[in-house]
Amino acid sequence: MTDALDLSFYVRRRIDGVAAMDLVVEGVHCGACIAAIESGLRKQAGVRGARVNLASKRVTVEWNEGALEPPTILERLEALGYPAHPFAAETADSVEKAAEQRLLRCLGVAAFATMNVMLLSVSLWAGADSDPNSATRDLFHWLSALIALPCAAYAGMPFFTSAARALRSGSLNMDVPISLGVVLALALSVFQTIARERAAYFDSALMLLTFLLAGRTLDQHMRRRARDFGANLTAIHADRALKLVDGGEARETPIAAIHPGDLVLVRAGERVAVDGAVEDGRSEVDQSLVTGETLPIAVSEGVHVYAGALNLTGALRVRVAKEAGEALLDEVNALLAKAAEQRSSYVRLADRAAQLYAPIVHLAAGATFLSWLWLGAGWQQSLIVAITVLIITCPCALGLAVPAVQVVAAGALFRRGLMLNSGEALERLAEAGTVVFDKTGTLTDPRPALANGSDIAPEDLALAGSLALSSKHPLAKAIAEAARASQPMSGHEFPGQGVTALHAGARLKLGSVAFCGAEAEAAPVAAAFPDASLIVLRTPERVVVFAVRQGLRSDARETVATIARRHEVEILSGDREAAVALVARELGVAHFEFGLTPKDKIERLKALKAEGKRPLMVGDGLNDAPALAAAHVSISPISAAHIAQAQADALFLGERLAPVNDALSLAAKARGLMVENLWLSLVYNLLAVPLAVTGQVTPLIAALAMSGSSILVTLNALRARHA
Amino acid sequence: MNVLVYLVPLALALGSLGLAAFLWALRNGQFDDLEGAAWRAISDDDLPEEKR
Repeated sequence: MTDALDLSFYVRRRIDGVAAMDLVVEGVHCGACIAAIESGLRKQAGVRGARVNLASKRVTVEWNEGALEPPTILERLEALGYPAHPFAAETADSVEKAAEQRLLRCLGVAAFATMNVMLLSVSLWAGADSDPNSATRDLFHWLSALIALPCAAYAGMPFFTSAARALRSGSLNMDVPISLGVVLALALSVFQTIARERAAYFDSALMLLTFLLAGRTLDQHMRRRARDFGANLTAIHADRALKLVDGGEARETPIAAIHPGDLVLVRAGERVAVDGAVEDGRSEVDQSLVTGETLPIAVSEGVHVYAGALNLTGALRVRVAKEAGEALLDEVNALLAKAAEQRSSYVRLADRAAQLYAPIVHLAAGATFLSWLWLGAGWQQSLIVAITVLIITCPCALGLAVPAVQVVAAGALFRRGLMLNSGEALERLAEAGTVVFDKTGTLTDPRPALANGSDIAPEDLALAGSLALSSKHPLAKAIAEAARASQPMSGHEFPGQGVTALHAGARLKLGSVAFCGAEAEAAPVAAAFPDASLIVLRTPERVVVFAVRQGLRSDARETVATIARRHEVEILSGDREAAVALVARELGVAHFEFGLTPKDKIERLKALKAEGKRPLMVGDGLNDAPALAAAHVSISPISAAHIAQAQADALFLGERLAPVNDALSLAAKARGLMVENLWLSLVYNLLAVPLAVTGQVTPLIAALAMSGSSILVTLNALRARHA
Repeated sequence: MNVLVYLVPLALALGSLGLAAFLWALRNGQFDDLEGAAWRAISDDDLPEEKR
């Protein structure tokens, strides 16, 4: 493209005259790539430095301001063989990173304290406290307290704040019993130290914090990687628009830098990148990504067009609309807000377990206190025994049981091409009953392909293919691809209608039915392929009609059949009956609905929910976004409209539909493991309870119980790697 | 037991040294790119130009 590219939106300027830009780079995967990119960029005049981050596939480039134009960097990287895309480091990104750093700092402090306190504790267990009046033991206890109290106060903050938040909102989460256990263990230990008693639990409290922080850090790290990856994809797919600046000059601008009121040029064959109203121009647009409707509609002055629509025939000048004030978008947004409200009431498995577990434990501790008191022990000793019950039942393993499985399963899904947007998505996926598919762009491949290839003679296809190469029209691209054409004919293009060329002394025409005057020949093909767009090749001797449509994804049939074995499958589409029925028949799906508005889709999902069949919605269009938010759980392909992607719980990559099935089966297995883990840690804790209630727990037993159950649960979670 | 008088502070000092090193590395961005660091160790970018 020859238009000037305006990247100023992405450039960060420093006071000392150095400018910097972050880029997402495709195809970086080893040390050789790092060296090639960094040395290649440094050779560019004006560049001060370049640093590749291999884990996040990004590069930061710094240059002397004014020494070079930012697009030169993109060209340089492209020439090196690494296509790059500018990337605005978002604030959400740095928030996630700060959270991870904070957890790592806490983990470092907790690990330091655990190791040093253990050093003292192990020597006590090994016999340093054999003398009941040992001064060494008291010294060690005081030292432990000195290390443990400030460290636990710092490293425990993530749990304490979360527990406080839960209590303020009147609910219970896993952090409440954890915080209570840690605080009580520390308080009791201080009390015992002052009273020169033998048992102190500083080591247990710190070990508990270390294990839990390790689990949380892993969880956060995985979440950040998924988010980084998503941000990279957004950068790679980021649309640019041709912004018309004063004087009619068109400048290629990233849409992030385009504001309401700007005028944008959309040429034939390009995707509309913004929402807005047509200022002037006349064309047909394919709105399939927006509404699911596959037949092109005519637009002219004053008509609204939406981001994602494909401009087929003529150039349009579009005035970018304000954020709100659009019929379709307003409706979608209103529906979205309502759907999101309904879903926020989901209670996670771990929190549900905590709500059952915490009261039982606290009651048990209370009962222990009263029984000891009743049996004649002093209130002091009764209290100590009751607190040891709380310490020994502190849900260290319960806190790890669910996140450990989530980390392992999310990693396994990532390798299969599915990204989870939220941690609890896995739990909700496992509960899915009915699987609801959108048709256009979800079951079908969003790129159009030749449908009636078997009816067409190879030489006609080859001829049409090389003629199609001379056109920029998206449908022509499908024909060129089907013909595997590589030799373009020097044709003359009539924008939006077709191309003509002279070939071996004969005039050839390729284009719309009207352009070639082939209404009679086109009628039977139109009847056979009701959902296809028709392209005609006219030679002096004959007329050939090509049907081009969005074909099914290559593995749609097997995947839907596999899913149908365990779930009910439905198709809800905004497209016409003929087109939907055809796909439903081909996939063997009995229940399908067509011509639905976003509201209709939500109604159907509501009905399914009322029947108790928690629906999984798989969809990609702007019109699916409210349904994706309203469903129990939702998945989008990576080609989906941005607003739909933001609502989906998971995104799948690539042309194949198989990740949807993988997600369902892996989620079912992961949920099984989560429940298993919860029971494992529960049983482990319950085994120790009789010891605690009878006052037999020593610090050594408490430490063993804690680490043992945590390790057991983590090892069990590793099984989630395989579906 | 007099040995404890300097052994315990020594152990604590060494431990805090490790903790300080970890916190410094974290702040300094040493863990930002866990994969690239492994490759950079074996790259020859410190050799003079003609030997590469």
